[in-house]
Amino acid sequence: MNESPILQVQNLSKSFLGVKALDNIQFDLQKGEVHALMGENGAGKSTFMKILMGLLAPDSGEIIFERKILKSNSVHENLLKGISMIHQEILVVPELTVAQNIFLGREANYRNWLNDKIINQNAQELLDLIGVKINAQTKIKNLSIAQMQMVEIAKAVSTNAKIIIMDEPTSALSDLEVGMLFKIINDLKTKGVAIIYISHKMDEIFKITDRITVFRDGKYIDTKYTNELDKNALIALMVGREIGNLFPEKVNYKGEKKAIISIKNFSKKGKFENINFEVHAGEVLGIAGLMGAGRTEIARAIYGLDKYDSGEITLKGNKININSPKEAIEKGIGYVSEDRKALGFIPAMSINQNISLSSLANYSKAWFVNSTNEQEATTQLSNDLKIKSTGINQKVMNLSGGNQQKVVIGKVLLTSPCLVILDEPTCGIDIGAKFEIYKLINQLTDRGIAVIMISSELLEILGMSDRVLVLSKGKQTALLTKKEVTQEKIMQYAVE
Amino acid sequence: MFLINRLRQYGIFVVFIIICLILSFISPQFLTVSNWTIIITQASINALLAFGVTFVIITGGIDLSLGSMVAVTGVTAAMLAHPDTYPVALPIFAGLFSGLLMGVFNGFVITKSKIVPFIVTLGTMTIGRGLALILSKGRPVSNLSNSFNFIGGGEVFGIPFPIIVLILIFTICSFTLKKTLLGRYIYAVGGNEQAARASGINVSQVKMAVYSISGLLAGLAGILLTSRITTGQPNAGAGFELDAIAAAVIGGTSTSGGTGTMTGTLVGVLLIGVINNGLDLLNVTSYYQQVVMGIIIIGAVVLDSWNQKSNS
Repeated sequence: MNESPILQVQNLSKSFLGVKALDNIQFDLQKGEVHALMGENGAGKSTFMKILMGLLAPDSGEIIFERKILKSNSVHENLLKGISMIHQEILVVPELTVAQNIFLGREANYRNWLNDKIINQNAQELLDLIGVKINAQTKIKNLSIAQMQMVEIAKAVSTNAKIIIMDEPTSALSDLEVGMLFKIINDLKTKGVAIIYISHKMDEIFKITDRITVFRDGKYIDTKYTNELDKNALIALMVGREIGNLFPEKVNYKGEKKAIISIKNFSKKGKFENINFEVHAGEVLGIAGLMGAGRTEIARAIYGLDKYDSGEITLKGNKININSPKEAIEKGIGYVSEDRKALGFIPAMSINQNISLSSLANYSKAWFVNSTNEQEATTQLSNDLKIKSTGINQKVMNLSGGNQQKVVIGKVLLTSPCLVILDEPTCGIDIGAKFEIYKLINQLTDRGIAVIMISSELLEILGMSDRVLVLSKGKQTALLTKKEVTQEKIMQYAVE
Repeated sequence: MFLINRLRQYGIFVVFIIICLILSFISPQFLTVSNWTIIITQASINALLAFGVTFVIITGGIDLSLGSMVAVTGVTAAMLAHPDTYPVALPIFAGLFSGLLMGVFNGFVITKSKIVPFIVTLGTMTIGRGLALILSKGRPVSNLSNSFNFIGGGEVFGIPFPIIVLILIFTICSFTLKKTLLGRYIYAVGGNEQAARASGINVSQVKMAVYSISGLLAGLAGILLTSRITTGQPNAGAGFELDAIAAAVIGGTSTSGGTGTMTGTLVGVLLIGVINNGLDLLNVTSYYQQVVMGIIIIGAVVLDSWNQKSNS
């Protein structure tokens, strides 16, 4: 790679209200390379991306794109020059067709009239070219999330993008689809397209990228060839210190290991079928499987968010029937959703109000909230969970992802549950905060709480579970003990 | 910086004070006890409706049937309030109860059908207007007892009775929103309905409650209005819902739900009252008053959205 880079960033800085989000950033990108941008949440990745896209103007520094200084603050202009971005949250118009989405905003290229024939043809050629089997005339709303992502990539390619920025592109994809995406990325590479790849998933980084640049606290740390690094070295660069273990030491629960919950012949048509398992006091049952294997659906049914067709739930020896989350909470079941923003917390409410939300009746007399008792309890919990905030009256929307997750867990803990279901508990959380969440899980089991942990990260499943339930297409394919379980076995049963 | 933030936080309150100051310079009558008694008495009906709709808007809903409920409850109360018939408690009870019933109807349809509140209460608005005309056979119901007319026209220790009602209801509503389970749940449902349900809140119950409260307070407003004008008017209250919603929004209640306070709404109500009063004192015709009011509503919401942007 001795050519001059397609993109070179020098001494880039940007502040918001006096806080330096980016401080003297360096970055360079070669033609045809996949370059990972790594850093914990708050490292400055998104600010950097926004500047590259033209959404924000830097305070100082230079961006040199194809040997010319890039001076623009318009997304449209940068797009025309060849800088394109695929967002974490997919931005497509559901009611339009694939072709209409791909050429959205550029229809005028086909005279002054909308000509669906031409764009359909062009879109189909484009999709075939990158090897995606989608009909260009399908409406977006009929596609899977993975397919929508492919459409976004096709859109980027259609703009003759020279640089494509991919922000967590696999967060909604199954392993098979990830494979497809990687194939497309490799094709793009051979065509000379440069890709900036942002992901929290280490495996992917090592599989697909050529070089890695690390940011920390808004500062440039280092750029290395991917093959010079291993996982631990990379993590050390990101967090600025060595992390000995990814998972905290677990103390085995010393109390009586009686069954807390037992599920028998649990079925819901089209979602999951004949599921059977038990979780004991102080135990973590991991649930592994691919996207759409029915993991979240089982959790939601147990918690009363969805109905199930047949089967039996026994909680602490009593058969129970749950029709709503309210009933589940009253019976001692807590649920931390994978979709923190949608189901986890009320953004405009304070830490205090969010933590007490599920157990407010316990802190009330008749209809009146006893705020002294309430705040005492939530302050205590907020300290125990080490929630970083300006105080318990800070709004949850202003917290980082990891701290928001702690608030949600705090809310569940305050209900004194005997069973806690954690659905992707560390999704979108940086490494430091992950470790704290794991410690929290250990504290739960230490107290004799039964934990069900659903996760797509195999390492997490291996590191935290006492037993692992593997699902495939709604069916239970294996229930592995700690001694039996390996990554290979889980994958093997997950695709069975 | 700190001072500016503070001012923004109390934005509408500052606007209110400034407008009051300006008016007191322009018109010597403005800052007199008798003028303020008039302002607050006149604002009391809008205040009751605005308090009710504040609960509703914080849950992310809307109630367009307020004006029609005022007419139905007013006519109902008036029909039972003729002299030497029933004790005054009966028309009061009937007015409140008919309002509550309509509110329950709104809440029931909204929670069971999953049709958006805008459409449901739009329907109830038309139904209510029809009911008021049917009940009264299209004619004003007059000849009401003195004890009934006291509610809107009487005074206690020199304070007009509507002002006493206003203070009492404000205190109860404000307390409910701040200090009770229901209040907290109202914010939660409006802030994120899905998360509220997942946190074990019975969302349907909360919605039933807010529409019922809104109906009940509309009943009280209907009684107050009927008593003040000493007639049950089937055409009364047309457009009242818009003033009430405007007051809540001016006072910082976001129509997307999750935020708002009763104090804010009270300031919104008083602001509307003061502006109407001031324009009256300045002999501005009611045509222009409407234009000014519209500008102020938009201005308030713009101010609010700036506020939210600077917060995030």
